[in-house]
Amino acid sequence: MTDINKLNLAGTKAKGKRPYFLADKQTEQVMSVTMALAMELSVARERMASIECLLENKGILQRSEIDDFQPCAKEVKRRSVATQEYLARILRIIQQDSEEQAAEDELSVEEAQRELTKY
Amino acid sequence: MSKIKPLPSWDVLTKHDVFPEANHDEVARLNFLTHLNVHLSSSILPGVKTAYEKKVEPTLVNKLGRKPNTRHEVREAMLENSYFQMWSALRRNTMEMRQQVGRAQVLRQIEDLVEKVEALNKGAKTLVLDDSVKIPTNVGIVDIHCQPGCYYTEYFENDVTVAASYDLGLFVTTAGLLGTLSDGGGQAVGQWLKANKPHYTPKRILDIGCTIGHNAVPLAQAFPDAEVIAIDVARPSLRYAHARAKSLGVDNITFMQADAENLSHFENESFDLITTAMFWHESSNISMPNILKNINRLLKKGGLTLHLEQPQYDGMGVYEQFIRDWDTYFNNEPFWGPMHDKDLKALFDECGFNSNDMFEVGVVSSVDEKIFGKRETDEPGEDYGRAPVWNAFGLWKENK
Repeated sequence: MTDINKLNLAGTKAKGKRPYFLADKQTEQVMSVTMALAMELSVARERMASIECLLENKGILQRSEIDDFQPCAKEVKRRSVATQEYLARILRIIQQDSEEQAAEDELSVEEAQRELTKY
Repeated sequence: MSKIKPLPSWDVLTKHDVFPEANHDEVARLNFLTHLNVHLSSSILPGVKTAYEKKVEPTLVNKLGRKPNTRHEVREAMLENSYFQMWSALRRNTMEMRQQVGRAQVLRQIEDLVEKVEALNKGAKTLVLDDSVKIPTNVGIVDIHCQPGCYYTEYFENDVTVAASYDLGLFVTTAGLLGTLSDGGGQAVGQWLKANKPHYTPKRILDIGCTIGHNAVPLAQAFPDAEVIAIDVARPSLRYAHARAKSLGVDNITFMQADAENLSHFENESFDLITTAMFWHESSNISMPNILKNINRLLKKGGLTLHLEQPQYDGMGVYEQFIRDWDTYFNNEPFWGPMHDKDLKALFDECGFNSNDMFEVGVVSSVDEKIFGKRETDEPGEDYGRAPVWNAFGLWKENK
């Protein structure tokens, strides 16, 4: 009955030129992506809360056991490593900007191309 | 320190038979967006006024040598202010997220929804669709309030996608203030009539621009012996509205596809009550007087025409006008500002009414206990201070 692309149709734009408010369009688009991710994080947290409720209702654990949970030394180390990996992953662009500022003589690809196509 | 008050969950809404189902994560998304809307209006919006008063207005006064005297001067200056830019970008984006979320939820179950709607509508004489009705310019020029497909787009035969998405999303932008059936507007009109005209019993009621019938249903329930005719140009909305009303046990409404500018099929003076709810700001300079003239022709002597709207701008300060006008420019409501600038009395006179009969009244919908719970006796003031209030205007037609 319905020969439609549901994925595209859900996110289709409203007719009428979209106003942009921030200094540049890409910044606003990044903000838009960030807010969608914020929503998905909120959804994941709720799902987690639901799992906790279910585990509690089924008598598997008390929620206070999670709040009071003390990870063992090995787990603490594992988490610290995971957190560092996580931060490095999400802040990669800043790291790379910092590297670029430090490296003074890097060429752009266009410059490299000019270099490589010289006779 | 004041306590943080929890907001109601989307899940308290009444699930009528054609209401889209929501799984765990869909409810979480709608609740997130509801909270985001409340956060934007209660925590971030006040800073827009501060930005205006502290930064933008002084700069503007310097530049103009006087205070700004139109909302347009305010808007142009505010568009350069980074705080206003950020709030606007967030607000616009939240509207768009709400649309995507609602549509995705509806589309994943659209086949089932259409089947349910068709089962409820099958063979009904109270759903009258008319292929010859065209979408008027004021409805089709942009997708109103950034709703992709507006109220009328059909993606396949017998589609109700846009209507079902509209229904489930009303809660998100109002944080539940319209009640469990998002029908606070219609409820308010019914309650106001019962309180102010206790013996008034209209026999024939016309509701113009009914969309999904959420305001026509409470009127039909308030006057169960009346024949209600609810019109709209949008087929998906009418199909959905009819099934929705039926599933709520309401049988005295005929949902009819008709353009309010062309109602020649109705006889002169054939309605006792003619209503609209949040309709005029989606009309135009051309359609508004045409429709008002039709209302004048169709309304019986001694009958009432009543319209729920946001208040007119006349008499408001330029900042309030500017902030109320945000939707005009940034939420695809191009006629919102022009409509709220109108001299309604002059317009009614021009359309054959006697404006001396006009009244304006604040109409309030009681906050739904099913959503907000019974108010604690020691809780001071209004419920959340955010009771849904409309400006209603209208007139009783001279009875001579």
